[in-house]
Amino acid sequence: MDSLILRTATRLLLTLMILFSIFILWRGHNEPGGGFVGGLICAVAFALHALAFGVKEMKRLLVVDPRSLLGGGLLLGILSGFFAGPGGDPFMTARWIIFKDATGAKALALGTPVLFDIGVYLVVVGALLAMVQALMEED
Amino acid sequence: MLTAIGIIFLAAALAPTLNRLFPSFAHWLLALAPAGGFVWFAGQFATVVGGQPVAESWKWVPALGVELAFRLDGLSLLFALLITGIGTLIVLYSGGYLRGHRHEGRFLFFIMAFMGAMLGLVLADDIISLFVFWELTSVTSFLLIGFNHADARSRRSALQALLVTGGGGMALLAGLILLGTAGGAGSLSEIAAKGMDLTTHGLYLPILALLVLAAFTKSAQVPFHFWLPNAMDAPTPVSAYLHSATMVKAGIYLLARLSPMLGGTDIWFWTLTGFGALTAFWGGAMALRATDLKKILAYTTLMALGTLTMLVGLGTDYAIRGFAAFLLAHSLYKGALFMGAGSVDHGSGTREVGELSGLFRAMPVTGVFIALAALSMSGLPPFLGFIGKELIYEGLLTTDRPVWPVLVASVLANATMLGAAGLVFVKPFLGAPSKAAAHAHEGGVTLWLGPALLASLGLLLGLYPAVLDGLLGQVAASVRGEPLAVELHLWHGLTPALGLSAITVALGIGFYLALRPLTAGLAGLERATRFDADKGWDHILNGLDALARAVTGQLQGGVMTRYMAIIFTAMLLLLGSTLWFRQALVLPATDLGGQWVGLLLGIMMLVGTAGALRARSRLGAITALSINGLSVAMFFIAYGAPDVGITQLMVETLTAIILVLVLARLPALPKGPDRKPQAAFLHGILALGLGGVVTAILLAIIALPLPMTLSQFFGDTSYLEAYGRNVVNVILVDFRGFDTLGEITVVASAGLGVLALLKARYARPKAKPQTGPQTGEAA
Repeated sequence: MDSLILRTATRLLLTLMILFSIFILWRGHNEPGGGFVGGLICAVAFALHALAFGVKEMKRLLVVDPRSLLGGGLLLGILSGFFAGPGGDPFMTARWIIFKDATGAKALALGTPVLFDIGVYLVVVGALLAMVQALMEED
Repeated sequence: MLTAIGIIFLAAALAPTLNRLFPSFAHWLLALAPAGGFVWFAGQFATVVGGQPVAESWKWVPALGVELAFRLDGLSLLFALLITGIGTLIVLYSGGYLRGHRHEGRFLFFIMAFMGAMLGLVLADDIISLFVFWELTSVTSFLLIGFNHADARSRRSALQALLVTGGGGMALLAGLILLGTAGGAGSLSEIAAKGMDLTTHGLYLPILALLVLAAFTKSAQVPFHFWLPNAMDAPTPVSAYLHSATMVKAGIYLLARLSPMLGGTDIWFWTLTGFGALTAFWGGAMALRATDLKKILAYTTLMALGTLTMLVGLGTDYAIRGFAAFLLAHSLYKGALFMGAGSVDHGSGTREVGELSGLFRAMPVTGVFIALAALSMSGLPPFLGFIGKELIYEGLLTTDRPVWPVLVASVLANATMLGAAGLVFVKPFLGAPSKAAAHAHEGGVTLWLGPALLASLGLLLGLYPAVLDGLLGQVAASVRGEPLAVELHLWHGLTPALGLSAITVALGIGFYLALRPLTAGLAGLERATRFDADKGWDHILNGLDALARAVTGQLQGGVMTRYMAIIFTAMLLLLGSTLWFRQALVLPATDLGGQWVGLLLGIMMLVGTAGALRARSRLGAITALSINGLSVAMFFIAYGAPDVGITQLMVETLTAIILVLVLARLPALPKGPDRKPQAAFLHGILALGLGGVVTAILLAIIALPLPMTLSQFFGDTSYLEAYGRNVVNVILVDFRGFDTLGEITVVASAGLGVLALLKARYARPKAKPQTGPQTGEAA
């Protein structure tokens, strides 16, 4: 597909969409969003890029094989569950580290569910891009 | 005990690596694992012989009451000692036997894994653990029999063994669960301790039938005997270990373990004694007819397994004592004989008895120990085999049921053991050297160490049987369910059993001398029967194949519309009939209450649907359908589910992209109508019906009062316990995180599946030639 409009738009959109997808992933715990939607947005961004510039370009841009993303995401998701082990709690019990600001109010909470959500994100991106890539490589 | 099993499994996992790093002595290192286990179990000897079982348990699936429970009593201890002791020797032997084999590491891995599974099986107290280890032995046995997988016969034998024993495994699971239900406990020792009379329980017959089926398949009793001789395609260490001393005895172990709970009834007695005696007789007879050393030994193993089954069935004091003594004697001599036969094969290049003669000069060490083991097998004094045989006869003579056919079969079977012993020692080793014997040679120390130790033990324990009294007494107590003293003596005085022994010896020598006419007669017998079992097996498999092909041909025609028609029809009928019979049809409220957004979106969906129906190209249809998808997404956003709405939007977008990619490759739709009017009519009815049913279901669900407890709980705890204000996301990644883990696994599998299917198309030779290196690298 050779379209100047698509190419130009994709160039602009790609970074924005990836950033937005990470933003969506990050804010998912408190506002609408999350790993699944974020992953979808990211996958759409790369798929657009593949449509505009061809699948080779997309692979170059992605650096890693989508299958590695997929496997890594699944691994991350599973591993995040093991943090519960040392406390003797069931698999996947959440563990949190709470950062507080000067006033003692909660400023930032990092926990295993965030890791898990990143895993979800990676699996979604990996699975979709694997399909897209395989379909487009057929030519 | 878990440690012992764990260490052996760990050693199994390390085996290939160790073998690669230290090809010359990896087997010595690996043998340390079972040897350590042997020492540990030997250390428990005093406790167990003192009548105190050792028990361990860990929670496994507490919600289902499943435990990883182990219990070491006399029976388990004897088996554990045999498994680890003979296992040590077998690992060493394998190292010598397969030296330099390309897959030696893989072999060691399989056999060590089997060892761990077998050890778990005889130690397990929990019924689920027992089942899991039982199945593991079937699987590892399959891998071992099929070790020479390039050979079609090996593959067939492996599959046959797997299907027969695996089928028995299914019966075992069902039987054990019924047993657990009837006995009201999850572990064998608890069921036994409750002391309830299971034999009068309503489930007694099904339990018995299932468990006996499991034991008979595993221990190759008639009519499931045919897999064992075929399993001799495995390398010799496997035959020596699995198919003589351990795995095939798992069925016997199960029967012995269950005999305090299920034994003593008429049906138990006659099933076990009958089939046991038949198997024993059959195995003995066929042993005389076989010409391959390993097949001869396999058939004598059938004889031993049959005898052991018979003894458990008899259940008299002497029978149980005989069971304990014969179990040990058989494991010792049969292990030695198999390993010896392997050495003969290794040294001379053949296992055919006809081609072997006068080997003794070339292989004196192997010869001596084969002779010792063969004498024990013949049941001659002063070997342990003699003591075992005496007790078998005592057992048969002391039952008050009319067992004379069993007695005759048993005497004949024992007599054939003498004939078989002649076939494995006298014929190959004595006489003038044959061509194969000329270049025969001894193997290394690893090849004769095993037979030497086992055969010598058979002699020493025969001379000093009193050292076994304690252990075998506890074995007998496990089988009996109450204490039963065992006192072994070489000389019992002039008893009827001794008379039977004399007759046996005379008959056996006669058998060996008259081998030629006998085998001719037996050949006829074999044609009439055993061959049928093996052939029948093939018929069953072919029948199954044909059935599967017929069903698949009907259901998997490869036409997408038919698949969908079948699926949708099933949905329509099942859901629709449920709705109808549960009287869940609800009429919608007619008042829309000014929800103009919803109304508008509804109209848009109708437009999209109409467009899809009218579309004359696939792309047009997809575009029209996206109107529906986007409208649904708008619904979610408008009515308070932004998360779902965004996701829906993204899914719609991606679906469109992927569909476009797919559609680019499909041929254009044919001009004019794509199907017959009748088909179109049917499909229309189906679509309307399914849509109607789904609508009715949704209406029915809406009509139900919505339980708010869950929403309340998540709303209350989401921020406080999980630090998130977005309840949907908190549910996904925290409260119900495990579900999500399952879902992303599905997503991952789907991605890989699509990838594999698309790549498979490239791999086809007819596919167009690839451009560029990309695809090659990705594939």
